[in-house]
Amino acid sequence: MNALKKIQHNCKQATFLIEKQSLTRLSLRESIELRIHLAGCSLCRLYQQQSGMIGRAVQQLLKSSREKPLDETFKQELQNRIDERLNKN
Amino acid sequence: MGFSRHINGYLTNNKYFVRNPLSPRLSDNIADASSMTNDHLQPADWVTNHADYLYQYAVKRVNDADIARDLVQDTFLAALEKAAAFEGRSSERTWLTAIIKFKIYDVYREKSGSLKELRTEEHEALQQQDFFNDFGHWIPAHYPENFISTEPDPLQAKEFGEVLKRCMEKLPALWLSVFTMKHLDEETTPVICESLRISSSNYWVIVHRAKLSLRACLQKNWI
Repeated sequence: MNALKKIQHNCKQATFLIEKQSLTRLSLRESIELRIHLAGCSLCRLYQQQSGMIGRAVQQLLKSSREKPLDETFKQELQNRIDERLNKN
Repeated sequence: MGFSRHINGYLTNNKYFVRNPLSPRLSDNIADASSMTNDHLQPADWVTNHADYLYQYAVKRVNDADIARDLVQDTFLAALEKAAAFEGRSSERTWLTAIIKFKIYDVYREKSGSLKELRTEEHEALQQQDFFNDFGHWIPAHYPENFISTEPDPLQAKEFGEVLKRCMEKLPALWLSVFTMKHLDEETTPVICESLRISSSNYWVIVHRAKLSLRACLQKNWI
């Protein structure tokens, strides 16, 4: 009873479990705790929605970002260094 | 028992399966690695064939053009030295990518190490910022608000990406490394923990704090 009351009001624990759930399987106990909390907490339900959306946005951003290409001088210098070492052997 | 643990040149207990692609397997019995030639590698063409690819790979993950360039150079030079470790079981590019990835994780570890000593004020504030009161309930100032629609608007996507990028740059280096490994490389929890030398419970805490901070930053800056 006491434990139930505790999780009902513990948004810190609930958001922790939301993040954990997005990466791994929760234990039975954790999963029940989270469900009980979410049933009564609209703030954490909103958090859960946004967290998933932010995770996807981060992934998209990381995958799509493209930087300026390498400059040719750097590449030429690198090529020279490699040639130098290859010729040594 | 003790022998089998070292048979591949690295510990094979469950915790330790991030193998350095540069270390030759002991089972190959290589007497003198440097004198070995390898028919599958064409080092003279590495710059032409792989430099741009490896640079893009690195710069995405370390977020710093200078570091990324150094990593490309280090990777080629290390690969030249250790050409004998190439097993020919993967393509040249896959092997070089594995090497640069290993070096990127070294950078992550270094960054998070120096962060402990030299934290910027902003990072400190971030880490101490609390979203919850002593009972674990949201502090009213941090109540999640409905600031983003669940259906992304293509017209706003670019702007949102910019805000998100700025918010991510504010995260401590270690947190950002965790995010990059998870979302870009889709590494598993044990690999991330092992590569960054953090415990799994620490990992969950970082993931939690990072997402809370990122969400709060977006709510504050995205109107």
